[in-house]
Amino acid sequence: MSMVSKLSIPALFVLSALVAAEPTHQNLGLDAGVLSQEPQWNLTISPDGKNLPEGKGTAAQGKEIFALQCAGCHGPEGIGASADPLMGEVGSLTSDFPEKTVNSYWPYATTLFDYIRRAMPIDAPFSLTADEVYALSAYILSQDGIIASDVELNRKNLPQVTMPNRDGFIAIYPE
Amino acid sequence: MVDEPKNNRRQFLQKAALGGALVGAISIPVLSKAGETEFPDNLPEWMRMPGGDFTNYGQPSPHEQQVIRWISANPDAPGNGVSWTPLHDLQGTITPNGLHYERHHNGVPQIEPNEHLLVIDGLVDKALSFTVDTLMRYPMVSRLCFIECGGNSNSGWRSNPIQSQAGYAHGLVSNAEWTGIPLKLLLEEAGVQVTAKWAIAEGADASALNISIPIEKLLDDAILALYQNGERIRPENGYPMRLVLPGWEGILNVKWLRQLHLTASPAMSRDETAQYTELLPDGKARQFTFVNEAKSLITSPSLGMMLPDNPGIYQISGLAWSGRGKIVRVEISADGGESWTDAELQEPVLDKAFTRFSIPWKWQGEYAILQSRASDETGYVQPTRDALIENRGKHGFFHYNAIISWEITEEGDINHVYGF
Repeated sequence: MSMVSKLSIPALFVLSALVAAEPTHQNLGLDAGVLSQEPQWNLTISPDGKNLPEGKGTAAQGKEIFALQCAGCHGPEGIGASADPLMGEVGSLTSDFPEKTVNSYWPYATTLFDYIRRAMPIDAPFSLTADEVYALSAYILSQDGIIASDVELNRKNLPQVTMPNRDGFIAIYPE
Repeated sequence: MVDEPKNNRRQFLQKAALGGALVGAISIPVLSKAGETEFPDNLPEWMRMPGGDFTNYGQPSPHEQQVIRWISANPDAPGNGVSWTPLHDLQGTITPNGLHYERHHNGVPQIEPNEHLLVIDGLVDKALSFTVDTLMRYPMVSRLCFIECGGNSNSGWRSNPIQSQAGYAHGLVSNAEWTGIPLKLLLEEAGVQVTAKWAIAEGADASALNISIPIEKLLDDAILALYQNGERIRPENGYPMRLVLPGWEGILNVKWLRQLHLTASPAMSRDETAQYTELLPDGKARQFTFVNEAKSLITSPSLGMMLPDNPGIYQISGLAWSGRGKIVRVEISADGGESWTDAELQEPVLDKAFTRFSIPWKWQGEYAILQSRASDETGYVQPTRDALIENRGKHGFFHYNAIISWEITEEGDINHVYGF
């Protein structure tokens, strides 16, 4: 027993000396400079419109896509069905029955494009074309007059849309 | 022979109740049979025949099949919902992996680990990608912590108290030992630029969940977790890797993590604007409310149980946790908050982790309202429901952490009430 102790004490000193002199691990990350420029690594669309793809769509086009792809869960009017409400209820946030729809609550229209493209329709995310997502965004926003019904949305004008609740949020972080 | 064991067992229980002397007397006729002893008749069948086979992966006793996560999902989109940890059926502080709460936005992805990459890019000196295999070679740390969904206990905002068992109303919180790489190591390898204030984390699920996280937290105590309670993280909890941000709401602990994209400002994604924000009475909403404040829950006795003995001594037991640090005190009231007594805290009390509290209680058939009130090391005290609603209104939906009250009727039944 005592012999083991005598052996292990010097061994520990050697080990700690090595650790102090050398890095604890290798840097094993691979250069992703090229890879990270690919579209699949640039999905998030910022409020300034960064990463919005080329494409265009109108409310009239969006209305047809909505009926096919969205109404099943969101309801024909975009509210009152099993999925989150999308349209209507603008101005309801201070009422006794506030309804947080896209049009009443969401602060940025870019988020609508971002979320539809990555997550909708729920049984086939990433299945819609950029044109279809612009068209759906135009349809939803036009239903509450946030954009005119004849506006063709694209990567230039979508970030310029001002949502009714744009200034409705108080950042708690940083405290 | 096949039918005998049940009878034998019943006899065993009866004899045991009658006492040793009588057992000997009744056993005499058995002894008269040549070649037999008294024991086969007195011992349960599982002591008289070889037991079951070894198992490659153990499962709970079939007698515990009611201890399950309660699933609540959208029938139109069954992958969008939650499952609740049955806190009322568990003891100690560790949530078994099969019972850790779930929140999925579009199902559990079945990720092929050899095809999964983590990319760290954006405002870094050098964009990097990591395979699972290379990450396994990094130094790892382990820590116990709770993860709580921002929407846990949200039925508390309703006008009437929900009559669900403790875990099925408050169990979108679980506690595990997470093991993985301090995220700081990977961020430093990529080289965080001074302009980087946020990282947009993205999951590899069928909602490509994206959410913005302050870089400050990622450089502090965040872990890129690969293991949960000693084994590789299960698919429903983020396999092959997830973020663990101790003390911060569940949505930020992104599962199936595929990317951290460093930016100067937040993405304003759906889950940091439309969801996980708290609407106040004036129509403004609290945003970036990351920390889960101190909270506690009596898990026993609780709804669905009853008090069988009057008078009787009962062990009040429950869990307390705080996203700001250690729990320092849990007080218990049996009179709806009129008077409070300190419960005992089970050691070790850990930072941002479940703390088990307990206190014996003698019940003598009186009407009672049991409550627990947690305090953390910052001095924060868990609020009453009235105080929470006074501050936040009734439409915040997220971050409900008010004192939870169990009504004990004179018959020993237990109901969820909102207290006084």
